[in-house]
Amino acid sequence: MVADNREFFYRRLHSLLGVIPVGLFMTQHLVVNHFATKGEEAFNQAAGFMASLPFVLVLETFIIFLPLLFHAIYGLYIAFTAKNNAGRFGFFRNWMFILQRWTGVITLVFVAWHVWETRVQAALGAEVNFQMMENILDNPFMVAFYIVGVLAAIFHFANGLWSFCVSWGIAVSPRSQQIVTYATLFVFVALSVIGMRSIFAFL
Amino acid sequence: MSEQKTISFIITRQDAVDSAPYDEEFEIEYRPNMNVISALMEIRRNPVNKKGEKTTPINWDMNCLEEVCGACSMNINGKPRQSCTALVDKLEQPIRLAPMNTFPVVRDLQVDRSRMFDSLKRVKAWVPIDGTYDLGPGPRMPERKRQWAYELSKCMTCGVCLEACPNVNSKSNFIGPQSLSQVRLFNAHPTGAMNRDERLETIMGDGGLANCGNSQNCVQSCPKGIPLTTSIAALNRDTTIQSFRSFFGSDHAVD
Repeated sequence: MVADNREFFYRRLHSLLGVIPVGLFMTQHLVVNHFATKGEEAFNQAAGFMASLPFVLVLETFIIFLPLLFHAIYGLYIAFTAKNNAGRFGFFRNWMFILQRWTGVITLVFVAWHVWETRVQAALGAEVNFQMMENILDNPFMVAFYIVGVLAAIFHFANGLWSFCVSWGIAVSPRSQQIVTYATLFVFVALSVIGMRSIFAFL
Repeated sequence: MSEQKTISFIITRQDAVDSAPYDEEFEIEYRPNMNVISALMEIRRNPVNKKGEKTTPINWDMNCLEEVCGACSMNINGKPRQSCTALVDKLEQPIRLAPMNTFPVVRDLQVDRSRMFDSLKRVKAWVPIDGTYDLGPGPRMPERKRQWAYELSKCMTCGVCLEACPNVNSKSNFIGPQSLSQVRLFNAHPTGAMNRDERLETIMGDGGLANCGNSQNCVQSCPKGIPLTTSIAALNRDTTIQSFRSFFGSDHAVD
């Protein structure tokens, strides 16, 4: 994976795919799920529309599965090459660095389970609808799992947006990086509200 | 003053390159205005540990004694810094001294910093001016730019940034912030800029710039206050453009 000078390309690709398309898809997914707050019928209609998009398998493969798979596998490699040291260097950015890696791993576990529970079951003949989510979230353990998983994913995306801006040289000066920190904090809070409202709508 | 004041140390020692490290405690008589180096010299005058056993003098590296050479860096109470400017009066006791483990330990507190000098060679951290004939004067550098570049030139290759970086470790081949910032320095120089594409291509190689994970410990820890993360972000922008130029082709390889 690190041979033949491909590392720069892989790293940049990893950073890009995390935002486009994976991050954008996640945002879209959270927004569509928010229909749950408007009742069972609104959610089923929205979910049904997304599932009935033309070329849905092609869209899923190239916008979700392949980029997500690359981001996840290469991300694991990145996460486990770090030697975390917040004990000695308890700076804000160092904590963000560590949280980015922890939330990445949590998100991977959550997303794997979530895909199994919904998309794979759909492929096996189940119908993805309000009822399905209601059944999943009937279990208090699953509610906790979903809250942690969704918050981890949103944090990973928001903070990843910050490092995307730095890694691509968009935010260079300390002040610009500070402003991006505040902007991505806003993204985290806004998406978290959307995500949590959807989860609680199923309870 | 009847009460005898003392200074106590817990020092991580290592007898040889491949032997196991161990801790040894020392206690010396207090004198005002000591730094860690003068305390180490005091121990060296009479190498007896806290238990009263005779031991070997402690090995460490030093040179300038005024925080410009970078040789005497070590972990002092867990933080990498220069022992010459670590004042005993300002340190919590017992003072814990340990080598910077990111580097191979030579003996006791002395480490081998060669990897940083090798990185400087790798990224060509110099201004090439040699030729077979007189190349004449180079382009002028604006005075304000010189002042700005001076801040980057303060790097003394002390290794604190590499020690603080979570991505510089035995599992990764990341060259670390120190040499990256020097790429920015020499690419900013009007004559050095004539080879800017070569330096950028080098740090776009394996173990290069892309390994930075933005923990930003380096900039927080740098004893010279060098804007290391700004250097890295600026190089991120330069390499983004450089990658487009080398992929699509460009008339602006060096400017």
